[in-house]
Amino acid sequence: MTEVALTHVDSAIARANAERRGALIGYLPVGFPDLATSIDAAVALAENGADVLELGLPYSDPVMDGPVIQAAAQSALHAGFRVRDVFTAVREIRARVDVPALVMTYWNPVVQFGVDRFADELAAAGGSGLITPDITPDSAAEWVAASERTGLDRVFLSAPTSSDARLRMAADSSRGFVYAVSTMGITGERTDVDAAARTLVARLRNAGAATVCVGIGISTGEQVREVVGYADGAIVGSALVHALADGGVRGVAEVAAALSAGTRA
Amino acid sequence: MALRDQIGPDFGDYGGRYMPESLIATLDELSAEYEAAKQDPAFAAELARLQATYTGRPSIITEAPRFAEHAGGARIILKREDLNHTGSHKINNVLGQALLVRRLGKTRLIAETGAGQHGVATATAAALFGMECTIYMGEVDTKRQALNVARMRLLGAEVVPVKTGSRTLKDAINEAFRDWVANADSTHYLLGTVNGPHPFPTMVRDFHKVIGEEARRQVLELTGRLPDAVAACVGGGSNAIGIFHAFLDDADVQLYGFEPGGHGIASGKHGATLSQGTPGILHGTKTYVLQDADGQTMESHSISAGLDYPGVGPEHAWLRDIGRASYLPITDDEAMSAFRLLCRTEGILPAIESSHALAGAIDLGKKLGRDAVILVNLSGRGDKDVETAGAYFGVLNGEAATESPADAEEAQS
Repeated sequence: MTEVALTHVDSAIARANAERRGALIGYLPVGFPDLATSIDAAVALAENGADVLELGLPYSDPVMDGPVIQAAAQSALHAGFRVRDVFTAVREIRARVDVPALVMTYWNPVVQFGVDRFADELAAAGGSGLITPDITPDSAAEWVAASERTGLDRVFLSAPTSSDARLRMAADSSRGFVYAVSTMGITGERTDVDAAARTLVARLRNAGAATVCVGIGISTGEQVREVVGYADGAIVGSALVHALADGGVRGVAEVAAALSAGTRA
Repeated sequence: MALRDQIGPDFGDYGGRYMPESLIATLDELSAEYEAAKQDPAFAAELARLQATYTGRPSIITEAPRFAEHAGGARIILKREDLNHTGSHKINNVLGQALLVRRLGKTRLIAETGAGQHGVATATAAALFGMECTIYMGEVDTKRQALNVARMRLLGAEVVPVKTGSRTLKDAINEAFRDWVANADSTHYLLGTVNGPHPFPTMVRDFHKVIGEEARRQVLELTGRLPDAVAACVGGGSNAIGIFHAFLDDADVQLYGFEPGGHGIASGKHGATLSQGTPGILHGTKTYVLQDADGQTMESHSISAGLDYPGVGPEHAWLRDIGRASYLPITDDEAMSAFRLLCRTEGILPAIESSHALAGAIDLGKKLGRDAVILVNLSGRGDKDVETAGAYFGVLNGEAATESPADAEEAQS
């Protein structure tokens, strides 16, 4: 892994940090409540302060997701979501806003599509890479090779219980940033961000991670402010999905703006 | 290498560990403790003591000559896992894992259950070992297995009806993983079948292989030779791998797994993962999966809640691909016919899951003929299925079933 040039995601986070603020990474699932609205919502998210978009690929068995994202994924599948819709969404969103877009996907849909074919189509659509919650670098040889070939970013997760050796593996294998899981649990809005996140970020930096963003349980501007005090960026998902479900695209814009306000100290 | 020597994490192209990083440390801890326990004579001795004094092992074998008359006259021998404490083979694995949990110092067990047999066994072990217990069960299954829900609650377990996805076994597994991610420091996920991430497929198989080891010896004693065929039902595949494993390197013994054919393969409403699925990743392992072209898991269908699962253990996927075992579908109707036939010819009320193996054995007997010896894993008893079977045959509420076993035989042919 001899990548020296900054990728789109690296640059976006570095640009935010250069402005003396943390990066906001916002998650929304493609196809919820329908494909067109999900594209509009992602554009609104980008226009209201997200530095990086994380577009979820709805999957039937999302073991790392809590009730809000589960329900949205199920609703998208019920409404007829197809994997190829992700490339449509990425292409349209990238044509409308200059914000890098990562796709968050469980692994089986990529395997069935074909890892190389998925990487090629994502790169052609202007996507930046993948966040892969249910594979670890030691099970991801095919994806590491495909992302090396295409230059796509690959974001692996790390957890408070990860050993130092595994943190080094996550740091060495990831490109774009390393995703620090704030707490032992699944996605969802929580009252407090776990103190374990701060320790994990420090351990990841010691393990050589250049860029670290924290996710899981972050849902308010105040929590974003707390997290970007020690991390390069904060990842918010359920709160945005919640806002989309309740208040539509306008709801997403409002919540995104409030979260974005938290990125400045 | 002998086929019996496979210890994972990979079984050919299958198996592995496709899991969130948040669970890797816990899985590593479990693997290490299991490896240590395997080397510890005290662990083996304690498990053997529980098997002998609590489960009731060795389970007996029963020859079923009146049933066999309907199976081409072959000798049919039943391995009586239905006589184990809690009513199925599931207790073998549960006691093994519960002993490991005690070594790990954890105090809470969680588990998924389909038919409720694994949930009942886990609730039983929790009571025996003084641990807390939460069982995840698809809402659909809590309704069709209400008796087992009550049994689990009587044993002190909390039963959580899972209302996400298809509301059956696969969704209960998702929910158990979510609980485990959040509570792994105190909690062990006592996975009930030979799937999931390493070390589960290997470890759960090891706790069940006693079934085949006993049966191989017992059949040799009774008949003076090895069986021609071994039959078991396959949902996740734990009872099947348990009875197959001792015979894997006996090349002359044919191994047959009978999958839930539901309303028939052509109907699309079935759970025949190995016959109809394709390789993919589900619940932490690479194996055959019933999935659509996008890799979305499809819903399975079976009259038997315990077989109603769109995945299967990776060792079965491997045995299928290398041709060592054959996997064939049995429809709901065929299974129910065999269910009634065993009730009426032998006075044994089988689980509907196990009835799939019985139906398969009838076909095998007709094919292999009069001199053949067929060993069938009677993996569970049917007390839990009385309501389902009663409704199926119309014998609830004072209605009378009028068909005789001869009718049942006709239905088979």
